[in-house]
Amino acid sequence: MIKIEHLVKNYGANCAVDDISFEIKKGEIVGFLGPNGAGKSTTMNILTGYLSSTSGIVEVAGLNVLDYPLEAKKHIGYLPEQPPLYLDMTVEEYLIFTYNLKGCTLNRTKHLEEICDVVKIRDVYKRLIRNLSKGYRQRVGIAQALIGNPEIIIFDEPTVGLDPKQIIEVRNLLRNLGRDHTVILSTHILQEVQAVCDRIIIINKGKIVADELTENITRAVESNRRFQLKICGPQKEVLNMLRQKPGIVHAELTSARDGDAYTYNIESDVGVDIRKSLFYTLAEKGWPLIGMEALGMSLEEVFVAIVDQAADRSARYERGAQKPPRRARVEHELAKTITEKKKSEESEYSALFDDDDE
Amino acid sequence: MFAIFKKELRSYFLNAIGYVYVGVFLAISGLLCCYTTLVARTYDTSTYFSLIIISFIILIPLLTMKLFSEEKKLRTEQLLLTAPVSIWGMVFGKFLAAFTLFVSGVLVSCINFFPLAAYHNAEGISDAYDKAVGPVFSIIISSTVGIILIGAAFIAIGLFISSLTENQLAAAIITVAIILGMLLLNMVNNYIENTTVKFIINWVCFMSRFSNFSYGLLDPAALVYYLSIAGVFLLLTVRVYDKRRWG
Repeated sequence: MIKIEHLVKNYGANCAVDDISFEIKKGEIVGFLGPNGAGKSTTMNILTGYLSSTSGIVEVAGLNVLDYPLEAKKHIGYLPEQPPLYLDMTVEEYLIFTYNLKGCTLNRTKHLEEICDVVKIRDVYKRLIRNLSKGYRQRVGIAQALIGNPEIIIFDEPTVGLDPKQIIEVRNLLRNLGRDHTVILSTHILQEVQAVCDRIIIINKGKIVADELTENITRAVESNRRFQLKICGPQKEVLNMLRQKPGIVHAELTSARDGDAYTYNIESDVGVDIRKSLFYTLAEKGWPLIGMEALGMSLEEVFVAIVDQAADRSARYERGAQKPPRRARVEHELAKTITEKKKSEESEYSALFDDDDE
Repeated sequence: MFAIFKKELRSYFLNAIGYVYVGVFLAISGLLCCYTTLVARTYDTSTYFSLIIISFIILIPLLTMKLFSEEKKLRTEQLLLTAPVSIWGMVFGKFLAAFTLFVSGVLVSCINFFPLAAYHNAEGISDAYDKAVGPVFSIIISSTVGIILIGAAFIAIGLFISSLTENQLAAAIITVAIILGMLLLNMVNNYIENTTVKFIINWVCFMSRFSNFSYGLLDPAALVYYLSIAGVFLLLTVRVYDKRRWG
């Protein structure tokens, strides 16, 4: 349905999308995950014909977007990051305008009614868009994308700025749409793609970091290795014990206190479940463990977890054969960014200590 | 294209701009017509038409300022550019909407000439020749066609300026400046001796080509000139959008 090959987009000297290739089949719900500025929106804008690519091939429903822009656009319903609404129109006028704009040939009243039922905007149908709340505006934007019943639906961060109830509604809506449409969804929230998508493409700094089924990514994320512990006991001794304990690669004391308990962050070694043995060790020493909480993973850590996991699998299958070059490259880059990040954190800490000295 | 045309025309009247434009234009044209013909006791309409063109300095930017800048600001252009409509269709639809409102204003303002016809051979006309001939309708018609063409060219310029900025006010002010500059250039030209400079200014300047219309001639060269000016600026607007996509 959608084919992107070696897509590159430069803004002057700035490279927003760097040699991306992927393919999406009919009926898939694909999540496009990445931190802000990763190139998600740019890719989507190119896919919908709003921007053009610097190089590479983009095909929608077998049509090259550059050669047959109008035909290709007919297959796509697009909700940009900021819904493109005319504030001085009523919802009805706006939907009729998009209906005419797309040159839709379905029965107008019936089609618009169906869409309004799907996104639940019947009760605001006659109201001015200017007076609608953010959630309703977002839904009108979604309705706009659905007009003409396009085969491919592309949503750019559809849940930003919605309240939790609305977020759940939009996610359900997306899942329902996925039954008979190809859906592409971009977001920087991992839980969102996990909840909705079959497949997740993770993109960072203009490159694809991972392209996996959702199950694999969920598995990688669940093998969480960072915990926050609350332990009552002598601060320094506890910290020393944590640092010396086999299976823990990193331990640090945080500034938070809970009564007489101090809070520690630890990171366990790959493939080790440290929790039980830690409990017994602490019990032996007589230091009560009053809290243990898995720390959430940042997107960067998710990338690393996923890449690690994929590398593990390929190593298992290929029996020590060389990793695919792309993965290796990505891994290397990620490792670099992570060390950089740690360094900057360390320097921050040392700056803090300097302040204390003064 | 038709959807965009309809939407723009509608949006003129959803906002106050459409009403303000039509109201102000009709008031100005009515007053001008009254003072330059009835009060001045003449059938000669040339002063009226040249003054009407001066009123375009303020009125045309009113029509064009928000056509593209507003879309850019509200990010609604994303809807238009990702819809199955070509950039040409979008630009032309918007041009046509502004042009339609403009032309309807001009046509409605033609009722101003009815009193002239009614006063045909009236007592009190000072000029004897004027009195004998009465209002010359060929001149009125050709001059009307002339101002419609000039308006089309000005609208295309305003549209182009609007596509360059997100700010309506900036678009309006720049358009005012350009139209004003064009008209001033024409005045300055009367005082220039050097024939080459005069020729160039004559060529660039819109007003110089209006004179034939005011004599009652439908000058095909001028017609082509104005239409191509409009065409060039529409093309430039399309290029602005093309360039943004590739930039």
